[in-house]
Amino acid sequence: MDAATMSGEGSRGYRRHAFAVRIAHWVNVLALAILLMSGLNIFDAYPELHWGRSSYNGREAVLSIRAEEGPADTVRGVTRVFGRAFDTTGWLGVAHGARGELEARAFPAWITLPDDRWLAMARSWHFFFAWILLFNGAFYLAYSLVSRHLARDLWPDGRDWRSIGASIVDHLRLRHPTGEAARRYNVLQKLAYLAIILVVLPLMIATGLGMSPWVNAMWPGWVDAFGGRQAARTLHFACAWLIVAFAAVHVFEVIVSGFWNNLRSMITGRYRVPDARHGS
Amino acid sequence: MDRDDGARRRFLQRLIVAFGAPVLAACERLSASESFARVLASGETLSREVARLVGRRAMAQEFGPEDISPSFRSNGTAEPDTDAYRALSAGGFQAYSLSVGGLVESPRSFTLNALRALPSRTQITRHDCVEGWSAIAKWKGARLASLLDAVKPRPEARYVVFRCADPMEENGTAFYYESIDLDDARHEQTILAYELNDGPLPVANGAPIRLRVERQLGYKHAKYVMRIDLVESFAGIEGGKGGYWEDRGYQWFAGI
Repeated sequence: MDAATMSGEGSRGYRRHAFAVRIAHWVNVLALAILLMSGLNIFDAYPELHWGRSSYNGREAVLSIRAEEGPADTVRGVTRVFGRAFDTTGWLGVAHGARGELEARAFPAWITLPDDRWLAMARSWHFFFAWILLFNGAFYLAYSLVSRHLARDLWPDGRDWRSIGASIVDHLRLRHPTGEAARRYNVLQKLAYLAIILVVLPLMIATGLGMSPWVNAMWPGWVDAFGGRQAARTLHFACAWLIVAFAAVHVFEVIVSGFWNNLRSMITGRYRVPDARHGS
Repeated sequence: MDRDDGARRRFLQRLIVAFGAPVLAACERLSASESFARVLASGETLSREVARLVGRRAMAQEFGPEDISPSFRSNGTAEPDTDAYRALSAGGFQAYSLSVGGLVESPRSFTLNALRALPSRTQITRHDCVEGWSAIAKWKGARLASLLDAVKPRPEARYVVFRCADPMEENGTAFYYESIDLDDARHEQTILAYELNDGPLPVANGAPIRLRVERQLGYKHAKYVMRIDLVESFAGIEGGKGGYWEDRGYQWFAGI
């Protein structure tokens, strides 16, 4: 409240995000960015996804991103989705490398870590930050349960469920709550956060561990629950892009609903409640 | 208030520019740094310790005949490019002998028939390559535990090192090698395989003998095994990291 009083905003400024939440948020941003980029480098060592226990079961790949010989000594990037081929030269399969030239690689260098195809180093990055993600997630969940952040701020109540139709319309019209309503998450926001925190991220970790031969040995049911190791790999890849999609929508909403105010609230904690009179 | 906000805005802008763009460049420099590689490797240490703690005796998943892959992919060396190996292969591996030594009480050699006479195990397991693919096959081989019992490892022996017939460089140098610890070596499913899918182990898959260490990734499953040494540490062995790929940055613990 001190900062708000000092800047003359009275009760309209308040501490929106607890210190623990802010730390967990930014650790997650770092870890997920590195996990995505190193994961795409790992994918490139075998740029195919299959369904089932093995990759050699006589069935076609669900997805493959490969460089193939085209006519007249050309090399094309070909992405196959459920058997349908798409020419993705320049984007996928044949993409820009670390030094800018086109080369055979599933994903372009700017989105992979390391930028060169380097499986050993990508795995080192991936498994180090997988532990960071796990510890950070455990810390966040423990904090959120004990502090009642989960129950108080994230779990939808009856009023939320009743407002779901209005909330969808508001989002589509890019209309954002003001005054008292801006102090709480809206229902779509709550559901999106809960889906990521309680479903997608745990699934990400579970399908990742499902690829570990050692985990498979300890609990064979684990990997079979996902339909086999190659299916777990496919789900792991799909979940990664679900998180990217969430992040894209999340950043979009952060920008359109008051970028600096939102960003500051996740750094210093302080959030200025948008004035009700500017609303509709 | 406005001035205050403006200052904060500029500060945040600088923050993003200062940390956003150079982060990627920094990551590339970190990848090339020896000391940072050690930081990242602590993730591997943690994985290994947790795995040992909770799954020391866990048995790898076994499958039914219906799960066997139509063909078992050959990866890495498909045929060792040396005269010595070609001669062995041409003679149907009749002249093959596996020497077992290092920190053991009674070093000795095993012909293919001697290995076949050891207690064996048959298992249908999934082979997981570090690249990401999996294939399922049926393996039969001598239990490594029985072989160790025959040579009696000395108390100070901690690792089993497998020396292979395949050179990894075109000029015929850098022979493949791998290592596992005694927990894995004595594990029930750890075998020196001489059969793949009910036939003799093909050259492409490591004839006459390949290691199966089922709870780890494919590169641990050394093919063309010619010699086995029991050692106390990897110091002084090739690159010192316990394996051909380990010397090139891959994890020694390949359970992940």
